[in-house]
Amino acid sequence: MSFERTTHELHKRRFSRNMGVALVLAAFIAIVFGLTIAKVTSGDFSMTPEAQGQS
Amino acid sequence: MSDASINASLREDEAEFGDYFALLKPRVMSLVVFTALVGLIAAPVSIHPMVGFCAILFIAIGGGASGALNMWWDADIDQVMKRTKSRPIPAGKVEPGEALNLGLALSGLSVVMLALATNIFAGAFLAFTIFFYVVVYTMWLKRLTPQNIVIGGAAGAFPPVIGWIAATGSMAVEPWLMFALTFLWTPPHFWALALFMRSDYDDAGVPMLTVTHGRKATRAHILVYTVILAVFAVGAAFSGIGGPIYLAVAAVLNLLFIRGAYRIWRRDEADSEADNFAVERGFFKLSLLYLFLHFGAVLVEALLKPYGLGGWG
Repeated sequence: MSFERTTHELHKRRFSRNMGVALVLAAFIAIVFGLTIAKVTSGDFSMTPEAQGQS
Repeated sequence: MSDASINASLREDEAEFGDYFALLKPRVMSLVVFTALVGLIAAPVSIHPMVGFCAILFIAIGGGASGALNMWWDADIDQVMKRTKSRPIPAGKVEPGEALNLGLALSGLSVVMLALATNIFAGAFLAFTIFFYVVVYTMWLKRLTPQNIVIGGAAGAFPPVIGWIAATGSMAVEPWLMFALTFLWTPPHFWALALFMRSDYDDAGVPMLTVTHGRKATRAHILVYTVILAVFAVGAAFSGIGGPIYLAVAAVLNLLFIRGAYRIWRRDEADSEADNFAVERGFFKLSLLYLFLHFGAVLVEALLKPYGLGGWG
């Protein structure tokens, strides 16, 4: 029994499409991360003194 | 997946990543990005650069999503028209259902992400814009009335308003002046295109003004709308978005634009056929520059304001 993966012609043909989707997803993750950092550091999510006292 | 199903999905002209991107109408998206950016920067509040970038990105994705939904609904028309028959769906590269799914997914994503990145008002306004373009313009008005482009032009004019709301979280007069600029610009721009694309809209059964009222009436409409646009565009120089630089740009461009519209009005079909619609094509090209430079001037005025130079002081 072999676990060797054979590359079908379909994989080659769809490589550019799959690569594009992968890059878009990676960019989206980076954007959400960057946005989170920007929001947190600019004080958008600062806690009220009351909330801080409860924690 | 069986061999049979793999073979069934083999297609010579299978869609590449670029074909899905083409569904988003990149050229329209560039206009959306620029006008939304001007709306965002002209707003009298500062915004974190990353938040501003995200706002523009998600407005652009929302615009692209409406483009994909428009291509899904209009696939039958696009197949007939010379200008659009190489689009991914009529070219057989992308299935209509794929365009629908992509459009719906990106609509949801862009609205939610814009609301999270900026404020709920901006997200809601983007949702309304997508609804207006897809349902009110594409599905309802486009095939019903020769005023399709006049009312539908509103959808393309909303981005600076969304940009402004993304920055401020509220409404003001200034973004609506930018809205009006694009709104009034759209009819002469598209009617000039309809003149030199000749039978395209006729073949597709789209009731463009050239089809319903004739080409002579369309020429007259271009002149009338251009004069109304010019009065508004120059008048806007004295509003909150204007200033001396804007006034100089608007004065020159509107003189050229009125001259172009007047020349179109004076010509008949024989004149146009003789030079292959050179004046109409020139007017169409000028219209692209016209909008870009007007918004560019608004942008320059806004960027100079912090240094005490923009606007009328």
